Amino acid sequence: MTRGGALAVGILLVCAAGVAAAVALAWHPEIDRITPPAPGSFDRYLVAEGEDLAKLGNCAGCHTNDPSKPLAGGRALDTPFGKVFATNITPHPDDGIGAWSGEAFERAMRRGIARDGTQLYPAFPYDHFTHATDHQIEALYAWLMTRRPIAGRAPETRLAGIYGFRPVVAAWNALYLNEGPLPADASRSSQWNRGRVLAEGLGHCGGCHTPRNRFGAEDIARAYNGAWTEGWYAPPLNAHSPAVRPWTPDELFAYLHTGLAPHHAAAAGPMAGVTRALAQVPDEDVRAITVYIASLMADAPASKHDQPQPVDRLDVAQQQHPDAAALYAGACATCHDPGAPMMQLGRPVLSWGTPLHEDNPHDTVRIIMQGLTPPGGASGPTMPAYADMLSDQQVQDLAAYLRTRFTDKPAWSNVPAAVAEARK
Amino acid sequence: MIKLTVNGRAHQVDVDPDTPLLYVLRNDLELNAAKFGCGLGQCGACTVLLDDKPVFSCLVPVATLGERKVRTLEGLPKILSAAFEAEQAAQCGYCIAGMIVRAQALLERNPRPTEQEMRSHMAPNLCRCGTHMRILRAVRRAAEAMGGGVRDVAEQK
Repeated sequence: MTRGGALAVGILLVCAAGVAAAVALAWHPEIDRITPPAPGSFDRYLVAEGEDLAKLGNCAGCHTNDPSKPLAGGRALDTPFGKVFATNITPHPDDGIGAWSGEAFERAMRRGIARDGTQLYPAFPYDHFTHATDHQIEALYAWLMTRRPIAGRAPETRLAGIYGFRPVVAAWNALYLNEGPLPADASRSSQWNRGRVLAEGLGHCGGCHTPRNRFGAEDIARAYNGAWTEGWYAPPLNAHSPAVRPWTPDELFAYLHTGLAPHHAAAAGPMAGVTRALAQVPDEDVRAITVYIASLMADAPASKHDQPQPVDRLDVAQQQHPDAAALYAGACATCHDPGAPMMQLGRPVLSWGTPLHEDNPHDTVRIIMQGLTPPGGASGPTMPAYADMLSDQQVQDLAAYLRTRFTDKPAWSNVPAAVAEARK
Repeated sequence: MIKLTVNGRAHQVDVDPDTPLLYVLRNDLELNAAKFGCGLGQCGACTVLLDDKPVFSCLVPVATLGERKVRTLEGLPKILSAAFEAEQAAQCGYCIAGMIVRAQALLERNPRPTEQEMRSHMAPNLCRCGTHMRILRAVRRAAEAMGGGVRDVAEQK
C-alpha cells in the first residue's frame, strides 16, 4: 500500500468512527408501547400532586390550543428556527402519550427523547424538566395518564435546513443538556432548595427570563439576565433587575399568586397566564419559589436602595409632550392618577412598574395597545386595550410621555418600531 | 375649537382637549344613546364606533379623534335595534345601546361569525340585569336578517 493509500484509509477510519459515535449519540431505542393503564390504577394522592405540578409548570400554557381540548396540543411556538407545534399529551393511545410507559415519560422529561426514540426539540423545556425529582415526574405522569384522552395530532413540526433533521438535537444535548436532579446546596435553607428545584425544574422560569445563544440554548453565564419571548421582554430576575422597589418574597408571592404585586405592577403578556396557573398551586410551593427568586435579586439596585417615593415629573413631561399630556388626562388618569377609584384600592403607581424602566419600550407599548384581559371572564387585573382607540402616533407619544413622567431614565429611541411590531 | 365627525356630520365643539368623547356626544351634541356606566372602560355602556371599531367613548379624549369618524347608535341602520326589540333583550336597558353598537361592528365585519366568535366579541360589554341570553339571541336574529347567521348556534331555539 502506498503512503497516500494508507492516509486515505486512515482518514476513512476516523470518519467512520466519527459517524459511529454520532449515530450512537443520536440513536435511542424505541420503548415498547403499553396499553394505557386504567385511571383507577393510579394512587389518587399522587394524581393530586401531579395536578399541582402541572399547574406549576403551566403545561397547558403550551399544550392547549383549543380550550375545549385541554392538553391536546396544536399550539405553535414561534422560535428563531421556525414554528414548533406542541404535541398532544393526553393519554390517547395513538395521538397522545397513552402508549407511553412511565419509563418512556421519564426519558422524555429528562433527556428529550420520545417513546419511539426520536429526538424532541428543546422548545419542550426538558433542559429544565430534567432537574425535577423522580417523585415529581411520577406524579406528573399519574396526572397526565388520568386525563381525558383526546384524539387528534398536532401539525407536524418542520424546521428549515439542518434543524429539520432531528438527530442534530443529539449534538445540542451533548453541549447544553445538564442532565439529572440538582444537588442540594447545604448552605441554603430547605425552603430555598425546594424553591430552586421547582423554579429550575418544572417551573422553567429561565425558559423566558434567560437569554439564549445562537443555537437556542439558554446562556447559563447570563442566567436570568432578561430575554425576549413572543414580542415581550421578560425582565432580568438577578442583580440586573430594573425594579424600583425591592422584590421581597412577599411581593413575589402576591405577584405570582394573584397576578398583582402591591409595590410593582400587574402581570402582563405571557406572564399573566403563568400567574393564573400559579394561583392554583399550593401556597407553600409558591412561597418556596419566591424565596429562591428573591435571593437571585439580592444584589439588584432596588434591594440595596429602596426608592419608596414615586417619580412623577409632571412638568417636564407636560413641556416635552403636550399632546400626550391631554391624552393621558383623558384616557389614563381616570384609573392611574392619585385619588382615582383604582388607586384607592391600593394599586401600584405607574412609576413602580418595571416596564417603564426597561431599556426597551416594547412591554409598555404592548400593555397600552392590548390591555390586560383575564381570559374567559375570569377575575384579575384588567385594563382596556387602546389599540383601536389610539393611532400609532398617539401610542408613541403616550409611551414617551409615560417614560419621561414616571422615570428619570433617558428617552427610548425605538418606540415607533415597537408600536409597528405590536400592531401586526 | 375641536372638530369631529359624528354619524356623517361635521361638528365643532369648544371643550378641553382631554374631554372624553362620551361627554361631548351627550352634553354638546345631544346624542344620548351612549351611556356613562363606569367611566373606566370596564362596562361598555358608552361603546361607539371609531372607524368601524368598537371603543369605550369614556376613555377617548376628544382631541385624539383627528380625521377618524365616529358612529353612535343614532346613526346606525335599525336592523339590530329591531332584533333587540323582537327578542325583548332589554330589561333596564342601560347597556343596550352599547351592546347594539358592539354587535354592529361584528356583523359589519363578519355576518357569519361562529357562536364562539360572537360571544368573545360581545364579552367586553356587561349587563347587570342578566339578559345576556336574550342579547345573544338578538345578535343571532340580526345576523340572519343581515343575510348571514351565527354558525354552530350553542342554544337551541
